[in-house]
Amino acid sequence: MTAALAPSETEAGCTETEVLRERGQREVFCGLTGIVWLHRKIQDAFFLIVGSRTCAHLMQSAAGVMIFAEPRFATAIIEERDLAGMADANEELDRVAAQVLARRPDIKTLFLVGSCPSEVIKLDLSRAAARLNQQHENVRVLNYSGSGIETTFTEGEDTCLEALVPELPAAPETETSLLVVGALADVVEDQFVRLFDQLGIGPVRFLPARRSEELPAIGAGTRYLLAQPFLGRTGAALDGRGAKRISAPFPLGAKGSEAWLKAAADVWGVDEALFETVIAAPRARAQRAMERYKDTLSGKRIFFFPDSQLEIPLARVLHEELGMQLTEVGTPYLHRGHLDCELPRLPSTVRLSEGQHVDRQLDRCRDIRPDLTVCGLGLANPLEAEGLSTKWAIELVFTPLQGFEQAGDLAELFARPLMRRDILRVG
Amino acid sequence: MKLTVWTYEGPPHVGAMRIATAMKDLHYVLHAPQGDTYADLLFTMIERRDHRPPVTYTTFQARDLGSDTAELFKDAAQDAYARFKPAAMIVGASCTAELIQDDPGGLAAALGLPCPVLPLELPSYMKKENWGAAHTFYQLVRGLNNAHAPAPGEDKVERKPGPPRCNILGATALGFRHRDDVKEITALLNRMGIEVSVAAPLGATVADVARLHEADFNVVLYPEIADEAARWLERTFKQPRTTVIPIGVGATRDFIAEVADIAGVDPAKALNDRDLRLPWWSKSVDSNYLTGKRVFVFGDATHAVAAARVAVEEMGFKLVGLGAYNREFAREVRAAAEKYGVEPLITDDYLEVEAAIEAANPELVLGSQMERHIAKRLGIGCSVISAPVHVEDFPARYAPQMGAEGANVLFDTWVHPLVMGLEEHLLGMFREDFEFSDEAGPSHLGGHRPAPQPRPQAAPQPAHAEAEPALAGAEPSQPAAAGDPVWSDDAMAELKKIPFFVRGKARRNTENYAAQNGAQTITVDTLYDAKAHFGR
Repeated sequence: MTAALAPSETEAGCTETEVLRERGQREVFCGLTGIVWLHRKIQDAFFLIVGSRTCAHLMQSAAGVMIFAEPRFATAIIEERDLAGMADANEELDRVAAQVLARRPDIKTLFLVGSCPSEVIKLDLSRAAARLNQQHENVRVLNYSGSGIETTFTEGEDTCLEALVPELPAAPETETSLLVVGALADVVEDQFVRLFDQLGIGPVRFLPARRSEELPAIGAGTRYLLAQPFLGRTGAALDGRGAKRISAPFPLGAKGSEAWLKAAADVWGVDEALFETVIAAPRARAQRAMERYKDTLSGKRIFFFPDSQLEIPLARVLHEELGMQLTEVGTPYLHRGHLDCELPRLPSTVRLSEGQHVDRQLDRCRDIRPDLTVCGLGLANPLEAEGLSTKWAIELVFTPLQGFEQAGDLAELFARPLMRRDILRVG
Repeated sequence: MKLTVWTYEGPPHVGAMRIATAMKDLHYVLHAPQGDTYADLLFTMIERRDHRPPVTYTTFQARDLGSDTAELFKDAAQDAYARFKPAAMIVGASCTAELIQDDPGGLAAALGLPCPVLPLELPSYMKKENWGAAHTFYQLVRGLNNAHAPAPGEDKVERKPGPPRCNILGATALGFRHRDDVKEITALLNRMGIEVSVAAPLGATVADVARLHEADFNVVLYPEIADEAARWLERTFKQPRTTVIPIGVGATRDFIAEVADIAGVDPAKALNDRDLRLPWWSKSVDSNYLTGKRVFVFGDATHAVAAARVAVEEMGFKLVGLGAYNREFAREVRAAAEKYGVEPLITDDYLEVEAAIEAANPELVLGSQMERHIAKRLGIGCSVISAPVHVEDFPARYAPQMGAEGANVLFDTWVHPLVMGLEEHLLGMFREDFEFSDEAGPSHLGGHRPAPQPRPQAAPQPAHAEAEPALAGAEPSQPAAAGDPVWSDDAMAELKKIPFFVRGKARRNTENYAAQNGAQTITVDTLYDAKAHFGR
């Protein structure tokens, strides 16, 4: 345990704190929404949702604006005749998949993405993928579930990456390599590559890779660092391939980014002085960039509705580095194992909640009347109309926030609604 | 199964949400899995509503399946009543819940809640959003008015004394300019001495809907939503309904005549509207350049048919395509297409619409947000006339589509994307000005019109092919097939001197002309022969 990882400064933290577990209406996206960023990240993959008109409508609405270029995702909409047995659903799926591949010969990986209806009617997409793999030579066909009955929002990335793990080539037994897991903005990935390179850590590979032929090799010598906190199943699959997780906080904020890099540096036995030399400048930049927003954020009370599972690491940054007061921090799912370095850094006064009963949670939020509420798009304007400042949770997923150079952007995202409230004179 | 990139309509339960959200004290309990709550953001973000839609989702998960999803529904319905105390509830299933067949209607009835509970059967795998909205509204209207229906053989219930009274039916949440249309048409009706009893569903309470039968007649603004309900009211309560949609000058005048006839009032005052400016704006000499502009119209049937009439009769455009995505109203579109001499396009396949627009090569597209994207990709001007909507279709200002002010709005918004008259001439005269060229887009739009974007190649292409620009037919994008006329270098250079917005048409006309005349090579002469043959 290094200085950066030491929990001493935060008393006991909330490792032992009781978590409020809620069941009821959830105001969150299903896992299909992950396709919105995954289809841009993996540039030669196509995501074919096997679902209903609702799934297609969700994708269109969640994307916020439609993308002008043709998207690398589509929906095979199940129709009455598929359900009534008038058409063989498997044959229909083969036909639609062939249609997609004929239209897009540049596609190297086709993901068949399961939805609520496809899972309820028990359409076996793993068998469909095996069948399609035989029919189409130059395409790898995989399947995963993005359904709302199985996955919550970012868990759709988890199930997608989990489906990729068995496809990763085997690394030589003797090779020690670092695998960074979780989709990151390309610019962030490039920054980390430079830092690892300066630290002499390598080879460094990323999952997901930008292109299908660049799938990272994996083996008993692979140590992996999670870049995202919502990858429970992917982590388990990687463990199954013999890779070992490096326990670390997530690379958010100056301290989180430092601790994340330090965790890898310790595994690689990087010299303390070298580590300090490499990160001193970017760390100072990150601190300077965050400092600008500290006055706005310090002492302000923040409330998180559950959304992406990024809530706990973000709350840690806001508490530790920006002086915000945490009221309730909700998360759709709390993975204690992967949050082992995060939970001890939260104050013991925070209320952690897992799952959701949106009406009861709104009642709690109205009682607390926080200075800033982080919530989904369905709740933001109604809460603003009640006089509460809000931050759209989805922006935290669609904005590059990780690493030193983005720490200021992270702070700015939370400060913006408060600064805007102070600027406006519209009554 | 149907391969779908983008959809024009959501599932039918989203249509039901549009009714519930439009109203004041109706609550919708929807049996649905986690994730279906995405639909809330349509209302809170696109329409900027300051309240959550009045919808409770049961949010079942995989582990609930086969055990207690029905129990989950009953709890959700009971909790929703206790918390929101609605005046009435509608209950139903989304696409996934439809498959598990829990019968929300039966379950809710068994609860004996102290308010009317109307079950909805919305078949998700057959029907779509507009149908869902129409059917929900019909169920509500019937469910809340049926008790007042005169017995068979009896006459209509006795009317209360007073001026002629009507309802305005069809405006919903998330409708294209519904808010402003209702205001405009209410004012128009008031000027005719007609009282608006209820406007529904937008802004109505459950009690309002329950007194629809008291009015003398119904004004149907959006047949896609209100036709089914209005026909039932007509059959049951002998309430006549209007059939003309008052979009544009001519249609508004026809509407006034129809209403005057039904209500027995004098139309003269309403017909003489000093605020109606479209006629003079269109007749004034500066509008000459609008003549014959090629326009492609696509949207919901009602708005598309109305826009076609305005485009041809009131703007002097040339209609080069007309279509709609809602098959239920295809007949109206087919009739209009025949009247204007174009092929009707009835499809909800986005890619088919895109191909049709590309082939028709219009100078202006009047469509939904979907066509706006197509037009943007093709580098063509576009004005939105129909749902599906986006946040910019809910302007802060008053901007109806209907009535006199609606006509004024149509003129302004349709002309805005076009290159203006003299500018168009200058662009044609001086093709090589480096700052003021057609490809920069209309100068009053800051030259920010997006460049046309290439579509991914449909078949593997050699690397050099991708480097070729994909401007609307400006350059040969593929080798000519055997027998097709070949462009000479001179003719191709001359073609490039024709402004971008008409170049595609010139190219096609020339190629057709050459093919008809058996010319193997297209020369400069062929180009001008074709121009003389076809006209502008």
